[in-house]
Order: sequence, then C-alpha cells, then structure tokens
Amino acid sequence: MTATIVRKPPGTRPRRPVWEEPPSPLGQGAKTVLFGLLVLSVLFPLWVILVTSLSSRETIAQAGGLVVIPRGIDTSAYETIFAGGAVTRALWISTMVTVIGTALALTVTVLAAYGLSRPRSLGYRWLLAYFLLPFLIYPPLVPKYLVVTGLGLKDTIWALVLPPAISVFNLVVVRGFFQGIPQELLDSARIDGASDFLTLTRIVLPLARAVIAVVGLFYAVSYWNVWFDALLFIDRNDMYPIQRVLQSYLLAGQAPNTSGAASATMPPTEAIKMAVVIITVAPIVAVYPFIQRHFVKGVLIGAIKG
Amino acid sequence: MSTREATVEAGSDRTRPDGSAPSVPRPAGRRRRVPLRTRLRRDWQLLAMVAPGFVILLIFSYLPILGNVIAFQDYNPYLGSNPLDAFVQSNWIGFGQFQLLFADPAFWHAFRNTLAITAFQLVFFFPLPILLAIGLHSLLSSRLRGFIQTVVYLPHFFSWVLVVSFFVAMLGGAGLLAQTMREAGLEPWNVMTNPDTFIILVTVEAIWKDVGWGTIVFLAALSTIDQNLYEAAAADGAGRWRRLWHITLPGLRPVIVLLLILRLGDALSVGFEQFLLQRDAVGRQAAEVLDTFVYHFSIATGNYGYGAAAGLFKAAIGLCLILAANKVAHMLGERGIYSRS
Repeated sequence: MTATIVRKPPGTRPRRPVWEEPPSPLGQGAKTVLFGLLVLSVLFPLWVILVTSLSSRETIAQAGGLVVIPRGIDTSAYETIFAGGAVTRALWISTMVTVIGTALALTVTVLAAYGLSRPRSLGYRWLLAYFLLPFLIYPPLVPKYLVVTGLGLKDTIWALVLPPAISVFNLVVVRGFFQGIPQELLDSARIDGASDFLTLTRIVLPLARAVIAVVGLFYAVSYWNVWFDALLFIDRNDMYPIQRVLQSYLLAGQAPNTSGAASATMPPTEAIKMAVVIITVAPIVAVYPFIQRHFVKGVLIGAIKG
Repeated sequence: MSTREATVEAGSDRTRPDGSAPSVPRPAGRRRRVPLRTRLRRDWQLLAMVAPGFVILLIFSYLPILGNVIAFQDYNPYLGSNPLDAFVQSNWIGFGQFQLLFADPAFWHAFRNTLAITAFQLVFFFPLPILLAIGLHSLLSSRLRGFIQTVVYLPHFFSWVLVVSFFVAMLGGAGLLAQTMREAGLEPWNVMTNPDTFIILVTVEAIWKDVGWGTIVFLAALSTIDQNLYEAAAADGAGRWRRLWHITLPGLRPVIVLLLILRLGDALSVGFEQFLLQRDAVGRQAAEVLDTFVYHFSIATGNYGYGAAAGLFKAAIGLCLILAANKVAHMLGERGIYSRS
C-alpha cells in the first residue's frame, strides 16, 4: 500500500518532470480558485461559528446575528453551558456512550477478526458467511426497534452501545490486516507453545496498533455522532446524547434551556447555539489529525478486501 | 478415521495453496476427516473469540431480519406484555399490508423522490471525487496537498445533525447569507426551506460532507499508474488532455466501475438522517424518501406491520439490485463486491 505521495529526499523541492509542458496560467488559476473555495467552504463556517460562540451580546447585536470579525472574547456562553443543565448532561451521556462503546466494539471486532483469520479452522466458511451477510442485508428498522425495546434496553445507554458494537466494514479492515501478518511469525509462536489468545495479545496486537487506531476512531466517531438511534430508543430528555440536544436547539428551534439563570444576565442565544456546535465538533477536530495519516491504509484494505 | 489418511489429506492440501482444483481428484464424499473432537480441541479458542460478535449479530441483525415476518401480520403492539408476546398473538393477514402499500400514493411519491435524488446525485456528485482526485494528484507540493486533504476529509466525520446545523447557520433564514443580503437591502432567500431547490441543497450537503473522503480510493488508484506511460505518451506528442483521456481515465476505470455499481446497487438509499432532519423544514412533498416513509409510517405512528412491509419491500429490491449489479461487474470482468473464491 504505497502512499499517494512520492517520497522525495528531504530538502529537495518536488520538480515537474522534464517532459511535462509548463502549466497554463488559466489552468493554474482555475485550480487555485477551486481548491481555495473548497478549503474555505470547510474552514470559513467553522471560523464564523467559533467567533460567534465567543462574542458578547453587543457584538452579536451589532453584526445582526453571526459574527465574522471578532471583537474581543467573551466566554460566558461556554460558562453557562458547562454550569449544568441539558448540555452538560448530554455531554456526559455522549462521553460514556463513546468510551464504553468504542472499548466494547474494538474488543468484539478484534476478537472476531482474529477468530476469522485462519481459513482452515473449524466452521470457517459458515462463520465467515455469517459475519459478512449483514453487509448485504441491513437489519430492518421496525423489527430492530421491537427487538431493542423488547429486551428492555429503551432509555438506557445500552440501546445506543450494543447494536452497533460490530461493524462488518471494520471487521473486514482488521481481518485483512491480520491476514497480512507473515504466517512464519504465527507458526513460530505456536511452536513455542503459545495459545491463540497469547498469540493475539503478545504478537498480533502490538503489530496492529495503526489499524486499531483507525478502526477505533471510526467507532468513536460513530458513537459520538449517534443521533437516529437516540431518536428511536431514548425518550427521556435527561438521557439525550449531545447530537439530540444539538438538533433540538439548532434545527427544531427549541430555546436553549439553561438552568435557572435570569434572562437578563444570560449570554445571547446565538452564542449559546454556536457554542453547542463547537462543543460537538471539538472532540472530532481534536483527535482526527493524529490518526488521519493512517486513514489511507485502513480505507484501502477495506476497499480491496471488501 | 485413521491418522494415515489425515496426513495424506494434509499433504495433498499443501500442493494446492490457492484452493484451486487438486491435481489428483479426491474420491467423492471424502472431505478432510480430522475428527471433530480434534478440531474442537485445536480451534476452541478461535471459536470463543468469535462468540461475542456472533451473539451481537444474532440479536441485533439476524433476529430483526427474521422479525420481518410481521410484515405479513396485523401486528398490534398492545396485545401482549412484550413484543414477542404481541407477535404471537397478532393475526396473520398474508399480503394485506403490501396491497395497502402498493395502493398508497404517498408510498409511490416517496419511491419517485428516492429515484430522482439518486439519479441527480449520480450525475452531479459521482464524478466530483474523480475530478478532485486528479486535481490533487497534479499538485506538486506534497505539503500543500496534505493540507488540502486534511481539510476536505474533515466533514466526513461530522454527524448529519452537525452538517445540517452548519448549513442552517450559513444559508438558513437567520443565517449569514440572509443576514448579509438584508444588510445589502435585498430580499433574503432561505434555501433551507425551499422545496423546489431541495434536491440541489441535499446534493450540495452530500458533496460538502463526502467529496474529499471519496477521493481516497481514486488517489490510491492514481498512484499505481505507471509514470513511464505518461513520459512515453508525452514523447509521442500527446498533450495534457490526451494523456488524461488515454492513460489516467483508463487507469481509474476498474475503481470507477466498481463504485458506480455499488452506488446503483444502493439506489434506494439516499442518506436517511439527512432527509429525516430536514423533512419538517421543507415538507414531505420534496423530502419524503423511502427510508423516511418507513420511519414515519411505522414507529412515528405505531403502524408497525405497515412500516415493516414497506421496509421489507425496499430491502428486497435493494438486495436484488446489489446482486444484479455484482453480476454485471463480473460480466464486465471486474471483481465486484464479492467474488466466488
């Protein structure tokens, strides 16, 4: 899996091959504009939302809503949000769902991927078909709803944690990596008397750190982003994950509910709304750059083996 | 079964590591005969590792798939103390729900909306990651390219709630665009609630979220094209566009065909959460697709059997499409989603 970037020795600037014609100014200009707009379309909204969330009542009133050019920093919106109330509670729920869910899903996925990585093992073909079939047939909505409610999981975080605890795509990615590990390594471990559990924990896992980081990020993001499952399975307001709260503030037009603060001293609604957006984005933006360089590998294994 | 035969089997296995037809045909009915007990003792740890995933899929995938049979019932959730009890006590009505469904104009409306949106996105969204990947690949500075990639991959990890919130903040009635237009003395337009332009809006949202992510596969394919081809073509006088047409695009062909087929196989799904979130703002006329139809006519209204029938119908068509698309892939000599190995 070569990286898309041709590695040049450090210090030398990449150069255009001699046979390639010099770029036309028109083409260069078009490319610059296109890429510039694309990058701006992501960064500009983030900027506006961040600035508005940090603006005072006067700045927001002056700008007429959203603020593009910052005038001072006012953190009262964040203070209000973190002082307790719906958002604080939702953040706590979402963090729990994400941490427990990711740990559980990674464990289940890694174990299953290793168990399915040895083509001559007992029941291999049947088990593999069993695990891959849900990739073609999605669990239908209505019966799934009845199963989860029938198990009494409604209004618990387990309704959000358990059903997505194994994703076939991630399973295929991890299994593909395991199958790429040289057989000699596993054989030598076996000759030394290591059981399969020992081989997995002592030999395979240390080699698989990168792929586990990527798959872990995929799981963590999907747990953090859970919205529809919460719409289905969570009726109690005090069990809402953060995406549900974000939806009710920004899309359903519900006024941010802050615990008992007098409305005169309250920070402006716009700032609070945007602060909720920033809080929802923040974990993703914070974690993502560290794992981004491994993406290409992970996604491609999935694309090829899948 | 004797150990001698087991060794012979193992030996013959080694001669065909790829699993192709053995050079010496085996006698019929005599597959490998390592006793089950031996294999169990050897593999029980692997089976134990598979078990948790097995149970989760059993409960949350296979049980619901079996539960599809309530589409043939007049399912009444209030009959029993739990869904299983209600299932046992509900009446079987055969294809009654399906007859109702096929006579329901709202269903066909959702069906048409879904197909229209799929077709629209196939034309206006599908080619963009290819073009963007070619553009990115042509950038000389790897640092600039890395920066652009980092930025454009990011929205892929946003939830749909977040994406729609971004669009509302920028383009909604109280958003930045409307605000700027009001200041300029213009009548602000609110694209977030306009049903006529909704198909464009959802496509732009989908592009914003996933165009960068979509380039990954194409960038990888681009990096496997032999650079000497370009040099030879240039020496023979082929210009930039002819090289693009005769080298780059043929090099990407397998990936393009594969993704196109996958997309066609999934033609009845067009981003469920995206539509559910915006359905109320825009109205059912424009924003009702099959998935939201299933949701609104089952769980939201309590008519479970009807929704299950709609869901089952969609799933059956979807499965046929996937299998047909894969067949076409094999016929075109591509690998498809799965191969018969």
